[in-house]
Amino acid sequence: MNFTLKAWRQKDKNSEGQFATYTATNITPDMSFLEMLDAVNHDLVEKNQEPIAFDHDCREGICGSCGMFIKGRAHGPQKGGAACQLHMRSFVDGDLITVEPFRAKAFPVIKDLIVDRTAFDRIMQAGGFVSVNTGGVPDANAIPVPKTIADEAFNAAACIGCGACVAACKNASATLFVAAKVSQLALLPQGQAERQQRVEAMLAQMDKEGFGSCSNTYACEAECPKEISVTNIARMNREYLKAALG
Amino acid sequence: MILDSKIPDGPLEKKWDTHRFNLKLVNPSNKRKYHIIVVGTGLAGSSAAASLAELGYRVTSFCYHESPRRAHSIAAQGGINAPKNYPNDNDSVWRLFYDTIKGGDFRAREANVYRLAQVSGSIIDQCVAQGVPFAREYGGLLDNRSFGGAQVSRTFYARGQTGQQLLLGAYSALSRQIHKGQVKFYDRRDMMDLVVVDGQARGVVVRNMVNGELETYIGDAVILATGGYGNVFYLSTNAKQSNATAIWRAHKKGAFFANPCFTQIHPTCIPLASEHQSKLTLMSESLRNDGRIWVPKQKGDKRNPNDIPMEERDYYLERLYPSFGNLVPRDVASRRAKEVCDQGRGVGPTGLAVYLDFADAIQRNGKAWVEEKYGNLFDMYQRITGENAYQTPMRIYPAVHYTMGGLWVDYNLMSTIPGMFVLGEANFSDHGANRLGASALMQGLADGYFVIPYTIGDYLAAHKFKPVKEDQKEFTEAKKAITDKTERLMAIRGNRTVDDFHKELGKIMWEYVGMARNEKGLKKAMTMIADLRKQFWSDVKVPGKANDLNPELEKAHRVADFMELGEAIARDALHREESCGCHLREEHQTEENEAKRNDKKFAYVAAWEFNGVGKAPKLHKEELKFENVHLAQRSYK
Repeated sequence: MNFTLKAWRQKDKNSEGQFATYTATNITPDMSFLEMLDAVNHDLVEKNQEPIAFDHDCREGICGSCGMFIKGRAHGPQKGGAACQLHMRSFVDGDLITVEPFRAKAFPVIKDLIVDRTAFDRIMQAGGFVSVNTGGVPDANAIPVPKTIADEAFNAAACIGCGACVAACKNASATLFVAAKVSQLALLPQGQAERQQRVEAMLAQMDKEGFGSCSNTYACEAECPKEISVTNIARMNREYLKAALG
Repeated sequence: MILDSKIPDGPLEKKWDTHRFNLKLVNPSNKRKYHIIVVGTGLAGSSAAASLAELGYRVTSFCYHESPRRAHSIAAQGGINAPKNYPNDNDSVWRLFYDTIKGGDFRAREANVYRLAQVSGSIIDQCVAQGVPFAREYGGLLDNRSFGGAQVSRTFYARGQTGQQLLLGAYSALSRQIHKGQVKFYDRRDMMDLVVVDGQARGVVVRNMVNGELETYIGDAVILATGGYGNVFYLSTNAKQSNATAIWRAHKKGAFFANPCFTQIHPTCIPLASEHQSKLTLMSESLRNDGRIWVPKQKGDKRNPNDIPMEERDYYLERLYPSFGNLVPRDVASRRAKEVCDQGRGVGPTGLAVYLDFADAIQRNGKAWVEEKYGNLFDMYQRITGENAYQTPMRIYPAVHYTMGGLWVDYNLMSTIPGMFVLGEANFSDHGANRLGASALMQGLADGYFVIPYTIGDYLAAHKFKPVKEDQKEFTEAKKAITDKTERLMAIRGNRTVDDFHKELGKIMWEYVGMARNEKGLKKAMTMIADLRKQFWSDVKVPGKANDLNPELEKAHRVADFMELGEAIARDALHREESCGCHLREEHQTEENEAKRNDKKFAYVAAWEFNGVGKAPKLHKEELKFENVHLAQRSYK
């Protein structure tokens, strides 16, 4: 398979970026999208040109590193998977493929396709935890948790923090990301003690980072590689309301 | 130098308690005076950084990702062991200890393994308290499943994403300490060297991966929790960035490297599809609970697997090992898979695969049941191969997965460099010659949550720390050496990419230092690696600039280290004239092709002292004493 690749090139945070066109040749359908980029980069290095910088690591769809916009969609044209899990068999031979970084004010571009998503970490630092120190906790089976609740908490906890929800949202809102963590801990008995502070602190930090507001278009759910449900947003809103009412 | 493992005296069950009592303490108000550097934010690094900060130490934490949560612990699927005995199937600390030391083919320390089993229960408690959503029964209590190498169900799990959930738990604890200011965290920093002052580890040189600048940081102790070195094989289940640079450069500064040849080849991975493949993907070994492994009895049987009748299938693990069946330890399962493929009975387009079949489980319990337990793994399989494993058996083949070897540490997890501690997969300590499934997460978190917080205090309380400055010669020289190395790499301007070299190294390693090894092959590999290393240093091409975000330069530094480490692995494998666990020397097998140990000569840890690139390192032996278990030939029949 052969492709024309239109890739975003940007020297650094302070420079202007632009698209550059490359050809990807001798690509096989079983290659992942990132392996296709590897092949293009290999050719660029051979020609003494700088390869296209992109974040990647586990290549199994779990580390959340490989956030990029492919053919106008976060992680490309597939449902429920990260860019590293997108295979070239999903494209038609000869396709023009545009690839660019996730765009959001809170995710500044560092270089080419690499963006800075540390805003997510700061939101987690503001409240995405249960305040227990190591040691001195009760036996793991001391507090039963109904299976349905544990499963629902798991579904929310499956978030990989890739930022696709933000990139897909026209407001660049981080609501689904925050809601997933708030939900997980609000559902579980272990998270009850800090329920109110948590939702308030995380949402305050989200605003501070420059993410937009949620206007319920659900693009986030549609593009989430872990298919995190927007019902978590409703749950978070209830949590926030409860916290506000004291 | 005589290796002192500092294993305490007394009965096995009392060793850790006795030792803890004897460890010196740092009083609460003095803890803030100590500054600890933690490199790596996987399970071991995050849990250590968080726990030490909670105690009041000042901690500086580094990772080469943009966020601590992206460390490769995140990808562990199956679970974490603890002998809680919740299922009432007669599990105990002793049984987990015994299974682990036997699983490691009697090449680990009794005292370390027993301690690991002892503290593992507290890990589960800790994780639940953090809000880790482990799988539960309908009654609301925690569910357990069984794993290879054990006949009890002691594995706690969170669907197929246990590593992710445990890491997010440790990450949340770390995040809380970052927010409090107790941990200063630096992202996108690659550790380039350890700084030793007056014989003590006192700092690190890291490369800021965004602007390429070298930065130095000072501490009173340095903890390396930087993971394993499986990527020396190029293709492995490790993440692409996983590398050995931190531990290898510490090795070159004086830390001994123990048992480098103990590398684990995991039996249940998705087979290689093409040359372009950049990594291999593991399918959790938990699949072996309900999947049955088989190949056709006839060589070259290319029929659709569903068309091959029962009597023409060879369920070879069930045949050879009736009591453990498909749940034999990883090394055994991998070797047997290779054996049937070498016999020409492998399946799939390459013939390098065996079937893992869920048809019986689906018939017995229904598709929904299988989906609930393994759904995400089936999805992952389909995504990669395009095949539906509910309808046709999965194809699996072994792949490099975990490295039991690593930097030598004593019972306190301190390396041979005073003040440098090594945690998790980066050390060699607990798994001997083979790691059992669901034990890596256990060890990483045991080291970070429950061992280092006690043992580091003993070191800090017992030593005096002279003030050091970033402009003193140990720091400036270390920095200059890295700058020079970078300049050398960039100045070569050769013809081959870093990846080309890495792939070639990987092929040599897989061919001659992989699942089965022999003297001739190992000697050949050592020569080939030395040659390749020379070519690398004269023909590698690194584009871009040193003072910029430059992934090719990052890789070049890492591959330069793999070129040295690969040789060390081959040398260790050559010297160990026995088979044990994952290390199979073809010259040393039983009549039934099982690993044949030589306990008289090789019941020791081989700890290698660096002696210069291309020069033979010095071997130091730490004798392993077995006072509580009988050194038996491992049998899973």
